[in-house]
Amino acid sequence: MAQSELGTGGLEFDKKRRNWPNELNIFIALILIIAIFEALGQILPYMNDQSFLFDSRDRFDSIFNEARLRIIILQVSIIGIIALGVTQVIISGGIDLSSGPLVGATAMIVMSFAQTELVNGNVNPKAVFGEWAFDLPLLIPIIVGLAFGALIGCINGCFIAYTRIPPFIATLGMFLICRGIAQAWTRGKPVSFPTESYAGLGSGMMPVYWFIGLAIVFHFVLKYTVYGKHTYAIGSNEDAARMSGINVQKHKVLVYMIASMLAAFAAIILSSKNLTAQSGMGIFYELYAIAMAVIGGVSLTGGRGSIIGTVLGAMVFGVIQSGFTYVKLDAYFQLMAMGAIIIGAVVLDKVRQERAAKRT
Amino acid sequence: MTDNVNEIILETRDLTKHYGGVHALTGADFKLSKGEHVAIMGDNGAGKSTFVRQITGVEQRTSGTIIFDGKEVRFSGPIQAREAGIETVFQTLALADDLDVPDNLFLGREITKLDWLGPFRLLNYKAMRQATIEGLERTAVKIPNIRNTIQNMSGGQRQCVAIARTATFSSKLTIMDEPTAALGVQETEQVENIIRTLKEAGEPLILISHNMRQVMDLVDRIVVFRRGRIVANLNKEDTDGQDIVAYITGAKTGAEYEGAA
Repeated sequence: MAQSELGTGGLEFDKKRRNWPNELNIFIALILIIAIFEALGQILPYMNDQSFLFDSRDRFDSIFNEARLRIIILQVSIIGIIALGVTQVIISGGIDLSSGPLVGATAMIVMSFAQTELVNGNVNPKAVFGEWAFDLPLLIPIIVGLAFGALIGCINGCFIAYTRIPPFIATLGMFLICRGIAQAWTRGKPVSFPTESYAGLGSGMMPVYWFIGLAIVFHFVLKYTVYGKHTYAIGSNEDAARMSGINVQKHKVLVYMIASMLAAFAAIILSSKNLTAQSGMGIFYELYAIAMAVIGGVSLTGGRGSIIGTVLGAMVFGVIQSGFTYVKLDAYFQLMAMGAIIIGAVVLDKVRQERAAKRT
Repeated sequence: MTDNVNEIILETRDLTKHYGGVHALTGADFKLSKGEHVAIMGDNGAGKSTFVRQITGVEQRTSGTIIFDGKEVRFSGPIQAREAGIETVFQTLALADDLDVPDNLFLGREITKLDWLGPFRLLNYKAMRQATIEGLERTAVKIPNIRNTIQNMSGGQRQCVAIARTATFSSKLTIMDEPTAALGVQETEQVENIIRTLKEAGEPLILISHNMRQVMDLVDRIVVFRRGRIVANLNKEDTDGQDIVAYITGAKTGAEYEGAA
């Protein structure tokens, strides 16, 4: 391949100067963090030679501590689904703060359409609606939930795109509205006892499969479709996108709708997993989802990031959380440490950007 | 030389634009033949950019007529103008920094597969890369790796990419608004070479520039704007730098435009 098929004018491209993919950095960071926790387990005197990653007690026929791995991925997968949507919003140059409360509101609404009639032979004590809403086919709560998510996302997107208020403000308002809806729906009472088919959506390792499946779908969508390309273009240079004939406003509405529908879907899985819905569900989820994206290399200035990065970011997030518990860090300090890590990730992104700018 | 009606690609008649009480452009009559390269010169605020914005549909004119390629047109936006075949290289580069060269060239008009998927239709990367290479070769633009993001390119390369859109889409008219204003000597030369390539290919061009040497070097005809009016229409052979400056500053006004300014 003497004549490069990517260069013109006889210029050769020096392959050594090819950009190191950012996702690889995050993957290395993930390995490093695991190694640090592993080392801490060996060093700290109160750990009794426990291993973070490997099976030290021969409970399973496996070299890894499967129980811990399962928990790590299970606890990030629901917020991870939200993070897939948040990733798209941030790439398009926006931010979505309303996803956490949206989870609460959607869970409440959806669960009230997914209730079963008889609980231990008695009529469902937590019934929201009358008889007509009992034992509905599985499709109905799912459609209701996704439609509610789409509606909220559409409102977010329309305000941001057409009135040009900052995404931060628009979604902050929606943050409060959604939390309000969640509380008003049943005046604060939890909604419980879903149908068997609904409970199946999020039982066991189902959340993980949903997360991985959706990640694959949206990785493909962002990379290989016009929708994805335009999302990157808008976040990179909105004026250029507009001048190139992209309908920026319509596209933004679509991005926020997809993000909110993903958050609504996460709410369906979460309420199904917990077999109940409470108005307080999803507290901090919007921030955790943003953190996963940012740790995964999604640039808050827009235009850069990927689904693979976010999935890795989610894993880093889960490993750190699990690791803190493993080294018996007090829960009160965990939030603080998490915050510090998020700030660190943003600082790293900044440094990376400045280094990239200097190189040219 | 611009009287052959069949050969005219763009004509404006009495083109006027007022911003409230400000008369930014008044009664501009302008003709451009196929294959002709014309420079528009004038002081800041003389109406050069306003003139271009009316043609490309970025703004809507107050009155007047624009005839492009034999048809009267009224573009509602730059996208429509582009679809009709007017390619504009804007003063502020309309490039997305985080995307690579083919992505930028095809932004908003991607080659796609499975179009029934609507916004989720698939991108045909291979075809776009191929067309990009062909377009760049045609304009003699030198880029070491088209899959590099624009961010990693020099100012000259960026400008070249912006200009290369023209060649890739074989447009009918190219408009460049100060394409070399922010470039170094070598990069300027590279852009000028592209303009020469366009000339050889017979693609008409409107070039807005402050650079006298560049203008005298590249174009066939110079149109001077002053205070929102066209004050001179000069063939390159009949004029020199001194002469043009006199028109720009208002020391002199073309005979046919007497009383205009």
